[in-house]
Amino acid sequence: MLHQLQKPLEQAKPSRRTFLKMSAGAVGGLILAAKLPNTAKAAAGSGEFAQPFVHIRPDNTVAVLSKHLDKGQGTANGLATLVADELDASHEQIVLELAPSNPQLYANSLFGVQGTGGSTAMPNAFMQYRQAGAAAKAMIVSAAAKEWGVPAGEITVSSGVVSHPSGKTATLGELAGLAAQEEVPADPALKTPDQWVYIGKSFPRKDVKNKTVGAPDTYTIDFKRDGMLTATVARSPRFGGTVKSFDASEAEKVPGVVEIFQIPSGVAVVAESTWPAIKARDLLEIEWDDSAAETRSSDAMMSELKDMTTKPGLTVREDGDVDAALEASANVMKIDYDFPFLAHGAMEPLDIVAEFDGEKAEFWFASQIQTLDHNVAATILGIPFENVQINTLWSGGSFGRRAQQDSHPVSEVSFLMKAMRDAGMEKRPIKIVWTREDDMTGGYYRPMSAHKIKVGLDDDGNVTAVKYNIAAKSIIKGSAFEPMLMADGVDHNMTEGASDTTYSFPVMNMEQAFQETPVPVLWWRSVGHTHTAYVMETMMDRIAKETGKDPVALRLELLKDDPRKTNVLKLAAEKAGWDTPLPEGRHRGVAVHKSFGSYVAEVAEISFREDGTVKVEKVTAAVDCGIPVNPDNIRAQVEGGIGYGLGAILRNQVTLTDGYVEETNFDTYESLRMSDMPEIEVHIVPSTESPTGIGEPGTPPIGPAVANAIAAARDEWITSLPFTKAGLV
Amino acid sequence: MSVTLTINGEKRTLDAASDTPLLWALRDELGMTGTKFGCGIASCGACTVHWDGIPSRSCQLQIGDLEGANITTIEGANGKAAEAVQAAWQELDVPQCGYCQSGQILAATALLSETPKPTDDDIDAAMDGNVCRCATYARIRKAIHVAADKMEG
Ligand code: FES
Ligand code: FES
Repeated sequence: MLHQLQKPLEQAKPSRRTFLKMSAGAVGGLILAAKLPNTAKAAAGSGEFAQPFVHIRPDNTVAVLSKHLDKGQGTANGLATLVADELDASHEQIVLELAPSNPQLYANSLFGVQGTGGSTAMPNAFMQYRQAGAAAKAMIVSAAAKEWGVPAGEITVSSGVVSHPSGKTATLGELAGLAAQEEVPADPALKTPDQWVYIGKSFPRKDVKNKTVGAPDTYTIDFKRDGMLTATVARSPRFGGTVKSFDASEAEKVPGVVEIFQIPSGVAVVAESTWPAIKARDLLEIEWDDSAAETRSSDAMMSELKDMTTKPGLTVREDGDVDAALEASANVMKIDYDFPFLAHGAMEPLDIVAEFDGEKAEFWFASQIQTLDHNVAATILGIPFENVQINTLWSGGSFGRRAQQDSHPVSEVSFLMKAMRDAGMEKRPIKIVWTREDDMTGGYYRPMSAHKIKVGLDDDGNVTAVKYNIAAKSIIKGSAFEPMLMADGVDHNMTEGASDTTYSFPVMNMEQAFQETPVPVLWWRSVGHTHTAYVMETMMDRIAKETGKDPVALRLELLKDDPRKTNVLKLAAEKAGWDTPLPEGRHRGVAVHKSFGSYVAEVAEISFREDGTVKVEKVTAAVDCGIPVNPDNIRAQVEGGIGYGLGAILRNQVTLTDGYVEETNFDTYESLRMSDMPEIEVHIVPSTESPTGIGEPGTPPIGPAVANAIAAARDEWITSLPFTKAGLV
Repeated sequence: MSVTLTINGEKRTLDAASDTPLLWALRDELGMTGTKFGCGIASCGACTVHWDGIPSRSCQLQIGDLEGANITTIEGANGKAAEAVQAAWQELDVPQCGYCQSGQILAATALLSETPKPTDDDIDAAMDGNVCRCATYARIRKAIHVAADKMEG
């Protein structure tokens, strides 16, 4: 116990072994879930049909429970589309709900635990949710057949109405209670694509109405429990610092402040409402122990990274003797790139609501990796896993920020609840609110990175060899995901998009090196692709320029073995009129990239303002993400992905001075705004392949497409980001 | 201190410290959570409300200065422009995460009330203060034009 108090944070971190155990347990659970235990029977008396993914209620609503967090990507609606289609429900009767934490029922089949990320929602759930809808329909039909005394084969379901040629009809809701008593079919027949009524067509988002009227209880920050207190936490301004001592005498005087606690992550101010908690925190006098903190500036950290790229690293890809191939080349192009830390800046800062009565704990928040969060809560509170309940709420964005491997928000609120309990405080629910400054200066950034490229060319302008060295802090190393994602000691997340390129270079070798720093890093919309796509795709344009080739033609030549990438590239080029002349003052650039199984090509059209800054006028995108489940949402995600990537590439960076973060809010970390937004056209390639992700793949190509357009205009290659450094913004 | 003001057409009394931003008073004292916290420094527009019809940043308004003020929040948005905007937003599936959209809708409503047929430049000028991290800007722009047509029709 004493040991636990002394090393609370380590204690809170799920050990690798626990994680593996959890994964194994969850996978076992998944098999059970696939067989769908007949939980419906218990609910039969209520007249409700309740299966893990589908609840059909007597009021004729059909709730589809999304096992994935919805952070704006349309995930819950996408999964509901699948159920509604197979069940033949009407669009009107569908309601979207987010499933609570339950790894047995709701594991991500690609992770083995319940969690959302890597644009995996649709790929891992496509069959599962269709099956759930089909099973529900079979049970409804079978119940109707018994009730009406007719053969099941004569019953049809359309737009939520069950009917028989004799004229008998019923709603899904009317049959729910009876259907609940039917056996769950193990292998329900699925529709063939020609029978789909929503998939590939249209299923407008069911969450939009709530989001246009300011509906209550949507987001964590809006969620309230009776008697709830609100807390802010003063965390170390330098990463890795801890509280040495503090003086709360001024803070305590603020009316509304209830109690002030030291917890492992800092000093928590507990108040009756948000404003006193924010105000009082500013009055705390805290002395920090920086002995283990990062005290360097980001410039110094970048120098270290650049230096690391000049030395041999861990082998990620090795086709052959790259040094010999470069040596034998007629010409070697050398390019260095550097990328800054990026904050996610989700519109809703982090927050969490929790309550703990000493035996049971309940949480309400936008949990993105529920199984990890669940386990951390149980461990810190010292209660069994089943005594923890996590209710998933909608998220005001995430872009990766809520998918922490260390579950730090759960950890922090759990420690705070323990402290409140130990202090003998009356049991009251608590909400921890992060301010924008907490969010911006709080770390968990896209890692900064340095890249060194050498490209060999022969006399005819053919690529002979590519050597690629990258250095960054690893997101995976030392995290709960290490056993799953880093089995061979290599962090593939860092190099994805480069090491697996399908450009047919005769020899390509890639090495990586890991920076050590207490600055916490995390996946940021499209993860490794945020930098590798930029490097690979601007490299391609430099090769084209150097060898006098057309950028599209060069890519097509080297993509002979990649028909899907070829397709999107050709489609985007055609729709953008690549071969037609541009009006005076306009310039084009192209990039094509595969990420998370999806292929996206983008052509950016730019101009320059009178002051020399760049304006992105138009982006023409082509996308192949397999079967396009909801085409309009795919367009929306590509639009948003482009905007998100563009804002970062234009002007976002988090810098440190002596370990202190310089950019603290949207005034210094300037977001993309309306007047920056280009016109966007999205073309979707028809496909019968399994669906792949779309939350992230729109982001990687935009940076290089714009950079290539700038280079086409001015022969200026931007290799140090963001563009503000080049005076272009 | 105690301040009486009109919120969405109703007289409300707020009992809180005079420096409490209207944003937190609405959310915590009155339980009206449609108005969102995004930055707290007038840089994002998530907290937009109308003060006498003018879009204002509720994170910057202290309740001590609001005695008698007439405030409209997203919960009370109504009238021709607001309804056209909400309908257009729903028609075009504008929101993604949705967190910024209360502010966007109130900014767009104020724009259309002043300028029923806004140009793209008008939209840039009126909407640039409202950040959307999901970058739904292309649809917001289109929805404002659609709402303008609806108001005419
Ligand atoms: S919260 Fe008021 S402008 Fe951002
Ligand atoms: S819809 Fe997410 S911030 Fe605007």
